Amino acid sequence: MQPAARQLCVPFDAATARSLRAGEQVLLSGTILAARDAAHKRMVETLEQGESLPFSLAGAIIYYLGPSPARPGQVIGAAGPTTAGRMDPYTPCLLAHGLRGMIGKGYRSAAVAAAIREYGAPYLAAVGGAGALLSRCIKHYTVLAYPELGPEAVAALAVENFPAIVVMDVHGGDWYRTGQAPYCEL
Amino acid sequence: MRVIHAQTITDTVARLAIEACCHLPLSVRDALSRAASQEPSPAGREILAQLQENASIASAEHMPICQDTGLAVVFAELGQDAHIVGGDFEAAIHEGVRQGYVQGYLRKSCVAEPLFERTNTGDNSPAIIHLRLVPGDRLHLRLAPKGAGSENKSLLKMLTPADGLDGVRQTVLEAVQTAGPSACPPLVVGVGLGGNMEVAALCAKRAAARDLGSRNPHPRYAALEEELLTLCNKTGIGPQGLGGRTTALAVHIEWAATHIAMLPVAVNLNCHAARHASASL
Ligand code: SF4
Repeated sequence: MQPAARQLCVPFDAATARSLRAGEQVLLSGTILAARDAAHKRMVETLEQGESLPFSLAGAIIYYLGPSPARPGQVIGAAGPTTAGRMDPYTPCLLAHGLRGMIGKGYRSAAVAAAIREYGAPYLAAVGGAGALLSRCIKHYTVLAYPELGPEAVAALAVENFPAIVVMDVHGGDWYRTGQAPYCEL
Repeated sequence: MRVIHAQTITDTVARLAIEACCHLPLSVRDALSRAASQEPSPAGREILAQLQENASIASAEHMPICQDTGLAVVFAELGQDAHIVGGDFEAAIHEGVRQGYVQGYLRKSCVAEPLFERTNTGDNSPAIIHLRLVPGDRLHLRLAPKGAGSENKSLLKMLTPADGLDGVRQTVLEAVQTAGPSACPPLVVGVGLGGNMEVAALCAKRAAARDLGSRNPHPRYAALEEELLTLCNKTGIGPQGLGGRTTALAVHIEWAATHIAMLPVAVNLNCHAARHASASL
């Protein structure tokens, strides 16, 4: 039996971010942002020019997502996480601008691991390839910026009991490492 | 000479695109359920259960299994006695991809040019077409959508004969370990051996797109598929990289004749969303 998942409101405050531990299962309810490759490039280019973004990053949580289109009557199509590592070059800049957490899948770079500790912003994983299942936890999908990027537009997602696991906590815990170790026979 | 109309090709490709993206093959679902019954990690079992549930929801709601409905890779085997009328063969396939991805509410993930503008083509065309001319008068089409998470972790090494079997083992292990959770394990690992650079890569792709449960017909390569599967499952990566013994559902090998001085090894990873659909015209 798995321990029951912790119910968590999103976005969460700095103290909650610090309280999360690698390996902890959570169910997220509230609002998160969806953004991926092209939007990250744009956000960082904008911030580096000293301009402000058309939405606020302060305290926000970004879900690395590019959904498939909704059928008529659906909120969203399949909506699973994309590979977080591709966002690594942009992530420290966004964390420095107030981003408080990330949801994706896959390993992060050493620079991101350091920035997670420095800025107190944990990294969570959702089940990659479970896009149909995860879409059921998304109640609203509103494009906030860059609509011309299609599936890569920045959007606000209202989520309810969205399942995730804390992979990298702000104290240096890394569940990919810890979780795999007992099963490694090489 | 059998006549095949280009429109029939387009309609078939459109249907296969939707079928492949929304309905996980039964062989994959069976493999997930077998893995769930053998996985010692509780978190791993939970994920394998979620992946089965996901496949059921997708199928029931005609929703893609995964939002990354990939580039549309089409393996075509065209009988040399078939005659295609009413349009160009390749154009008919591209049009089928266009229609399938638009009508099926599949994600459009194709950019027209790789480096500068990266403008989305808006309809997921063009397809990637691998054509083989074969005896007979039929056209066999197999559409395998391939997402980026697993494709980006492909690996090609031009080993030399002295690297031998151990070099192959190390290369497969390197690909699987470097990919980790990014390729959405449990994986179907496609290994291409021999040929030259591009033949090894294509062998790996064909291997990754093979039906689960199929074996290489050559007994030594079939045994190597089993051995490499055991090796992958000793990495501890497990479902979604959260730890466990189900890192791969299968390892498939395809091989080709090669040069006296070469041992090319390519690894093409397929995620648990090992999607494909086929039709014969
Ligand atoms: S690797 Fe496969 S299952 Fe994972 S997100 Fe990409 S296409 Fe989907």
